[in-house]
Amino acid sequence: MESPALIEIKNLKTHFFLDEGTVQAVNGVDFSIHQHKTLCVVGESGCGKSVTARSILQIVDQPGRIVEGEILFHRPSRSDNGSETTETIDLAALNPRGREIRAIRGQDISMIFQEPMTSLSPIHTVGNQVTEAIKLHTDMLDDEAKEHSIELLRRVGIPRPEERFDTYPFELSGGMRQRVMIAMALSCNPALLIADEPTTAVDVTTQAQILELLEELQDEFGMAIMLITHDLGVVAEMADDVVVMYLGQVAERGDVDSIFHDPKHPYTQSLLKSIPRLGVSRNRQRLDSIRGMVPDPYNRPTGCMFGPRCDHFMPGRCDAINPPAIPLGPGREVHCLLYEEE
Amino acid sequence: MFQFLLRRLLYMIPTLIAISIVAFVIIQLPPGDFLTTMVASMAAQGEDVDQTALQALKDQYGLGQPVHIQYLKWMQGIILRGDFGDSFGWNKAVSDLVWSRLALTFVLSLASLLFVWVVAFPIGIYSAVKQYSVGDYVATFFGFLGLAIPNFLLALILMYIAFRYFNQSVGGLFSPEYQEAPWTWGKVADLFAHLWVPVVIIGTAGTASLIRIMRANLLDELRKPYVVTARAKGLPEWRLLFKYPVRVALNPFVSTVGWVLPTLVSGAAIVSIVLSLPTTGPLLIRALQQQDMYLAASFIMLLSILTVIGTLVSDLLLAWLDPRIRME
Amino acid sequence: MAVTDAKTLPPETVSPGAVQAEVESSVSVASQWQLMWWKFRKHRMAMAGGIVTLLIYAIALFVEFLSPSSPGVIRADYTWAPPQRLHFLRQTEEGRRWDPYVNGYKVEIDPEALKRTFVIDEEQVVDIGFFVRGEPYKMWGIWETDLHLVGSTDVEIPVYFLGADRMGRDLLSSMIYGTRISMSIGLLGVFLSFFLGILLGGISGFFGGTVDNLIQRVIEFIRSIPTIPLWMGLAAALPTDWPPLRIYFGITIILSFIGWTGLARVVRGRFLSLRTEDFVMSARLDGASELTTIWRHMVPSFFSHIIASLTLSIPGMILAETSLSFLGLGLRRPVVSWGVLLQEAQNIRSVATAPWLLIPGLAVLVAVLALNFLGDGLRDAADPYNR
Repeated sequence: MESPALIEIKNLKTHFFLDEGTVQAVNGVDFSIHQHKTLCVVGESGCGKSVTARSILQIVDQPGRIVEGEILFHRPSRSDNGSETTETIDLAALNPRGREIRAIRGQDISMIFQEPMTSLSPIHTVGNQVTEAIKLHTDMLDDEAKEHSIELLRRVGIPRPEERFDTYPFELSGGMRQRVMIAMALSCNPALLIADEPTTAVDVTTQAQILELLEELQDEFGMAIMLITHDLGVVAEMADDVVVMYLGQVAERGDVDSIFHDPKHPYTQSLLKSIPRLGVSRNRQRLDSIRGMVPDPYNRPTGCMFGPRCDHFMPGRCDAINPPAIPLGPGREVHCLLYEEE
Repeated sequence: MFQFLLRRLLYMIPTLIAISIVAFVIIQLPPGDFLTTMVASMAAQGEDVDQTALQALKDQYGLGQPVHIQYLKWMQGIILRGDFGDSFGWNKAVSDLVWSRLALTFVLSLASLLFVWVVAFPIGIYSAVKQYSVGDYVATFFGFLGLAIPNFLLALILMYIAFRYFNQSVGGLFSPEYQEAPWTWGKVADLFAHLWVPVVIIGTAGTASLIRIMRANLLDELRKPYVVTARAKGLPEWRLLFKYPVRVALNPFVSTVGWVLPTLVSGAAIVSIVLSLPTTGPLLIRALQQQDMYLAASFIMLLSILTVIGTLVSDLLLAWLDPRIRME
Repeated sequence: MAVTDAKTLPPETVSPGAVQAEVESSVSVASQWQLMWWKFRKHRMAMAGGIVTLLIYAIALFVEFLSPSSPGVIRADYTWAPPQRLHFLRQTEEGRRWDPYVNGYKVEIDPEALKRTFVIDEEQVVDIGFFVRGEPYKMWGIWETDLHLVGSTDVEIPVYFLGADRMGRDLLSSMIYGTRISMSIGLLGVFLSFFLGILLGGISGFFGGTVDNLIQRVIEFIRSIPTIPLWMGLAAALPTDWPPLRIYFGITIILSFIGWTGLARVVRGRFLSLRTEDFVMSARLDGASELTTIWRHMVPSFFSHIIASLTLSIPGMILAETSLSFLGLGLRRPVVSWGVLLQEAQNIRSVATAPWLLIPGLAVLVAVLALNFLGDGLRDAADPYNR
């Protein structure tokens, strides 16, 4: 059964206005995130996946800003009689410095980042940084907030959390820091946790532990997860739904099984071909790679963004028409003229 | 923390010894020794030279003995008796001359340091947060100007303007009625009423460079991911700014004392000469012109020690502010 | 990769998409120096600073020809004569026409102070010419000539565009002559510091360990001492009976004795960070000899930084010399630097009588500003691959 949507992104455009020109980092993106589910956003670096995530929280760095589109957040609120109601807020329309978006950040939607080294302040204690969001969004007293934080630290697998509470981030290992980040993000029971490549900067064993922890925590806390990654292995392991992005646009989206077993977009197909498989072929084969390079962001191709690198390129059509979304089933779409119905 | 303090104090010892050696070298640099100069000038004035007194002085300073003995004798006098030697220009013990002037130099340098900080800190933050705004450009412009004007020139210009257009004298640290008066609260108040002119002049260059440093540091910190983390928690922009990036940028700012203080003490010396303030500057230059070397060297030595102690204090402050240094 | 390329392009070649391909290929083959030049050119203030710096050094080169008189000429009957404004156009019956002149002086006696003062006399006219004959001199010690760019057409009547000092010497000529001394002492001092800095910084960075530690302590020590009192102490020790040239070198050595520490730090820091850079490592792995690695790979990549740091240390030298000479502990006449000239303005009474004595300060200001802007631009451009 399809669970109700938590976030619906409609035609989102986030552009960066630099001296050298405008970079259309996110250029017309549609997808939704469902309650209690994990959505993975995949794509090469620079395809706009991080900017999309940051647009949701309205924390896009200067000189970037959302220029068009809607981000509808169906905020679950627990009313007094226990029934769940939702109110709908368009996050894209909120003032990035305003009170409304600040109340959502860290409380309803929280985020963890790629670099656990630099994402924590070097001169504030772990405890100080974890309790901060709690004190900001709840009316817990200092003691309660501390107790709650220690409990969270224990829950994310930090040994001897009472002692760790007063240490500084530089005294912890990379994996431990990422756990602190997770504890911090979960401190107010968010409805959505955005994880921006949370395992890129840690080693492989730690990576597996962190992902496992995220899955456990999702079962326990029931939040939706938006996981941004370029690692298809992570996608296969974690995702319920997948969005494949290329140069600021969605190439294809759908549930994880259809994306992996029946990829439609030539880009998705080549991505899947470019991962090494264990034991599939005996004889040594060269890995497929996608020919060409991601184009210069100042100098985007006309028509289909993937056109210049596509094996199924149709001259006269692919370089003229930017393919619209072509529905293939519930929650399944592809942006490719090959699937256009005549 | 205590260990840190102890280690820093130990580090200071070789520095202090090096300073005393440099000061001693300065005493030795001019050709001949000061007794010869003294005898010559006394003879020129037709005074009788008391041979026994001369011999006593020779013994006291170890003149005629190897240089290192002379150095040790000088140091011995300073450490055991607080005796820096005699100023023949004033016919007084150096220690009678230096302390009051050094105290005023200390007050002046400290006041300049505070001025530099208090002005540079907010302007630096503003310049970084509002990068490329009109205010930022104005601050940058005055920053460059402040660095380019030698502070003695600024003192001269200010004196000229005060004289020409307000018919006032901006020199000195005290009003005439307090000049020779003993210390009272009135005199202290009078001192502070006069202090701001030299403080502003001495502080200009330091303020200019500290604004640039604060701006650059804060711009670096503003781009760090932990700022985004804090923003993603829902902190208001201003609270976030002061709790994280400003706080982190404060550390390198504090550590600049190490070189700001020497430039301020330097600046104080030259500005004091122009404005004829009763600090070390005017006395130092007079001593140098008259080759009154014990006085001059003592001044140079004490000013350097003052600076080194100031740097030590800033190191301790920094360790208190920054856990990474404290736990090293 | 593509992003950084686009950022380092000169602005006029960025936008049009049509030339993109061509530009991209030119960027990828552009040499390090070309990239630096493009980046430097974008920095307006640095360009202006560079032009002004070149101009100042050009003045320093042609001092004798450019100055109307020479700083050694004393005219006791023109004590503290105020500046004369140069008029290019002369009012005649047929209207105004090109004929440069200045007004002459008349003497007034201040009845209160019983002082003789010069005032400009609108009635008198002194003709001004370009390329006039005046004070004879030897250009660069080679040609004997008496040609001056500008001056009074009558050798007997002096002109003071910027006024005269206590001895009736022409301030403008003194300032022009001072340019040579002040600017060259900055340059020479920086080269001496550079030599010491490269040597000790290089040793420090190359050997590391105890040697490095020792040199670092010495640097820290020198930097912790207030410079002006120390400079004063050292400069005062220079014997007064030395000839001017020797004093000049003595002062330069004293200035660089303390100035080298900053450069040594830069050199050492660069050396240490370069040793671990990937491209240095790959040069080694490719089998390049130690010398080739240093010469072909390391030196070019820190040379630009060194030039930038050198430029940024010249102003410090100029300011230091100015301060010392101002205090009377540096250069002395007959050698004139801007600091020597400012010494005339040391007490408020002379400044009040002759405020134009502060004008050499303006020269210091312009030179230091120009060099700072230039150095700033060079430093930014030194890293063409960084933003």
